[in-house]
Amino acid sequence: MIRKRIIPTLLLKKDLLVKTINFKNDIYIGDPLNTIKIFNDLEVDELIILDISIDYKKKIEINYDYLRLIASECFMPLSYGGGISNIVDAERIFRLGFEKIIINSHGLLNKNLINELVKKFGSQAIIISIDVKKTIFGKYKIYIHGGQKKINIPLFDWIKEIENIGVGEVFITNIDKEGTWSGFDFELIKQISDILSVPIIAHGGCGSIDDIKKVFDYSNASAAAVGSMFVFQKKEMGVLINFLTTNEVERIFRIIS
Amino acid sequence: MIVIIDLDLGNLYSIQNMLKKIGFGSIISNKLEDINNASKLILPGIGAFDTGMKNLKKYNLINILENQVIRKKKPILGICLGMQMMLERSEEGIEPGLGWIKGEVIKFKKDKTFRVPHMGWNTVKIKEKVTLTNKMKNGFKFYFVHSYFPKLKQNNYEVMKTFYGCEFTSCFQKKNISGVQFHPEKSHKYGIKLLTNFAQLND
Repeated sequence: MIRKRIIPTLLLKKDLLVKTINFKNDIYIGDPLNTIKIFNDLEVDELIILDISIDYKKKIEINYDYLRLIASECFMPLSYGGGISNIVDAERIFRLGFEKIIINSHGLLNKNLINELVKKFGSQAIIISIDVKKTIFGKYKIYIHGGQKKINIPLFDWIKEIENIGVGEVFITNIDKEGTWSGFDFELIKQISDILSVPIIAHGGCGSIDDIKKVFDYSNASAAAVGSMFVFQKKEMGVLINFLTTNEVERIFRIIS
Repeated sequence: MIVIIDLDLGNLYSIQNMLKKIGFGSIISNKLEDINNASKLILPGIGAFDTGMKNLKKYNLINILENQVIRKKKPILGICLGMQMMLERSEEGIEPGLGWIKGEVIKFKKDKTFRVPHMGWNTVKIKEKVTLTNKMKNGFKFYFVHSYFPKLKQNNYEVMKTFYGCEFTSCFQKKNISGVQFHPEKSHKYGIKLLTNFAQLND
């Protein structure tokens, strides 16, 4: 029986590993390659790498040479997001040894891109990332360009549309939760995972093992993406690359199943 | 030298990386002479069935592979789409498969519990003890990413099976032809074991 996935999610700025709070105020964590070697030894389920230094105008290019080094250290599934705007970018990333690519802004700006990517590389290789904020009226608004620009496509229209195109997974982040250790946006994850039949990766706000347990218990999420908790000792404490112990993983899954 | 067949369908360096880690040299190529000189072949692939078959045709590989695999009995391992292409056809597309293994590739049924694609770590049951499964046990975990799975006509070629809403063949072997639905190159020490077994076949 398949087990839900717990995925360390690492943020790059070129060849530096950083961690943000609400998509801002990034703190330097360390050397990505060393970190990835540690996660490899800890036999983590999967890794997500997001380069947040690439802006939508692509003044900074995708760092292919460095991504190649990362992929060569990984004997687990690996996804990359950041600045992928066309088929050629996607193809280069796959060739380096990444299984999946993550598309956010460029998918919303060019819906045909997602269509083409799914056709060429198959559903399973394409993750759509959606960043949202909740308004004071309790509605979710989608943001692109690293949380900087609000767009007027209703969230639930968009998720239905990408499901129809046939994407493989949806990576959903509440920007106001990201980096806060205050728990996932459980309601949001539940709503989306109840509607969609593709796997949902919950992201933003995980601060404890109980949060992971709760997101799997409460919603139909297929995976929990975790940033801060796996790179810091505790909230507002020093860097410590870590993953759940086998006992902790068992505790999460025994209770759900 | 192991040749990893290049069909422009991703995931090649990760296989090469893992082979290198376990001490086996490999090259990534779609050239006739490399394939002819190879000790073993790996047919990888992620993506759509028709794209895979079209790329095999585009590089004129169908006859070359048939000569090496069917006539010369060179060991070959299909991974994911590479495995699926060894069957006769797929529900995913209209192109015929290589047809080395009788059967077809079918899609998982949509289900809220068993979401499609089947993506993540799942366990295998070892059905047949063969060289490929040497020192492997029931419950070994592998990483899967797929929406379609192989349905063999002859069950005796099934070596491992996996449950995801239904039981399906996650590894088959028919003499020199073997295939895995999962990604050994992304499956930590379990994948290392499997690729080591493959690399040591006939040695």
